[in-house]
Amino acid sequence: MATDIIIHDQKDNVGVVVIEKITPKQDCNCWIMENDSSTNIQSMDEIPLGHKIAMVDLKEGDTILKYGHDIGKVVKSIKKGEHVHVHNVKTKKW
Amino acid sequence: MEIPKSFLGYKRENGRAGTRNHVIILPVDDISNACAEAVANNIKGTIALPHSYGRLQFGADLELHFRTMIGTGSNPNVAAVIVIGIEPKWTKKIVDGIAKTGKPVEGFHIERTGDIGTVMKASKKAQEFVMWASEKQREECPISDLWISVKCGESDTTSGLASNPTVGNLMDKLEPLGVHLCFGETSELTGAEKVCATRGATKEASDKFMKTWSSYNDFILKEATDDLSESQPTAGNIAGGLTTIEEKAFGNFQKIGSCKFVDVLEPAEEPKKGKGLYFMDTSSAAAECVTLQAAAGFNIHLFPTGQGNIVGNPIEPVVKLTANPLTVKGMGEHIDCDVSKILSREMNLSEAGDRLIETTLRVANGRLTCAEALGHKEFVMTKLYRSA
Repeated sequence: MATDIIIHDQKDNVGVVVIEKITPKQDCNCWIMENDSSTNIQSMDEIPLGHKIAMVDLKEGDTILKYGHDIGKVVKSIKKGEHVHVHNVKTKKW
Repeated sequence: MEIPKSFLGYKRENGRAGTRNHVIILPVDDISNACAEAVANNIKGTIALPHSYGRLQFGADLELHFRTMIGTGSNPNVAAVIVIGIEPKWTKKIVDGIAKTGKPVEGFHIERTGDIGTVMKASKKAQEFVMWASEKQREECPISDLWISVKCGESDTTSGLASNPTVGNLMDKLEPLGVHLCFGETSELTGAEKVCATRGATKEASDKFMKTWSSYNDFILKEATDDLSESQPTAGNIAGGLTTIEEKAFGNFQKIGSCKFVDVLEPAEEPKKGKGLYFMDTSSAAAECVTLQAAAGFNIHLFPTGQGNIVGNPIEPVVKLTANPLTVKGMGEHIDCDVSKILSREMNLSEAGDRLIETTLRVANGRLTCAEALGHKEFVMTKLYRSA
């Protein structure tokens, strides 16, 4: 089955879209690289190649994990399946 | 894949090997560019390296200028050098520095002679050098003669997912064969700095890295009017899906695979601790970073890109790879190695690493890179602070 989303690490709460784009209500196949396992998610938004999707509900102040590491904080609550980017996540540096 | 044990390179007087055989016309300073370019125009097969600096610099900034000039001339991809400066003293200092490699080098200064007389004298010497260099043949060199530098650019999430880990896979496979490796980009490790520090081969290397990174970060905090969010990540990074500098840093960091760095280098400093991976304190701007790594003696460069950075260097061939299928489709003329099938899982990381090793060796043996064929020869000096 084709992979729509790749997740680096089991701990990650976001995945990366690896097809040209996913559309709202699309059932997506996700591959977790770290342990070569699979999971599924239904998208809420249109998300282009290379952009991130929330794998769980996230609230303001939560930490985004990618590569198993802290890559920033949630500044606007995000629902599972929604687009995660500069509109709802900011750096913890600066 | 069995990794070839050798490549075809140009053996130099000091025991190093080049992947290229350039004769360069090196201006000491900005006002000598015209003269250097005139010589390169007269004598076919030579290449001028114009740049913007070299006057009224002082202290560490001047030292970096000399280190970059001497290092560029000393790089094994360079067969012979003509140095042209306005004044005799700094011109001679650079000539003497390059002469330590044993390669042919001659300096000319413009004062008291003028451009036209200098162009004539320097052109005669450049003709002699290029005709001599043209008889040099490629010979079999051990793979350990490869000094490979890496830097990524116009990164997006496909860089961290696939093209940077492909470079990491190559490092993991080539490091045991005795090659020199170098990564840099002090600013773009921000967010991953503590994890990066744990990859020092010794406590000294780790401490030296943290000291280098902290000094950079202090400078940013002092100079920045608000924060770096306007430039880090860049607009291109954001379009590609990268959200924060931390995310960019952890993606960037995938380039070193599981290697540990043996030492931390000043910008343009030649590695002195033997084979293995080095971290160099560099800007994350592509042309500046590659120019510094070439000046440290690296003879082939690997450049993973997401959205499609097009940088090249006049003396160090820059091999581009990408995992972004849209970049391959839209600007394939810039991509030497396509690893986009990793995303569709039709290719695994080890296969991608093998493909990159194959491409790297073909380029080391003489195949032109896309950037060379397209005429990219960005030579950009790093300046530390304002001149006197």
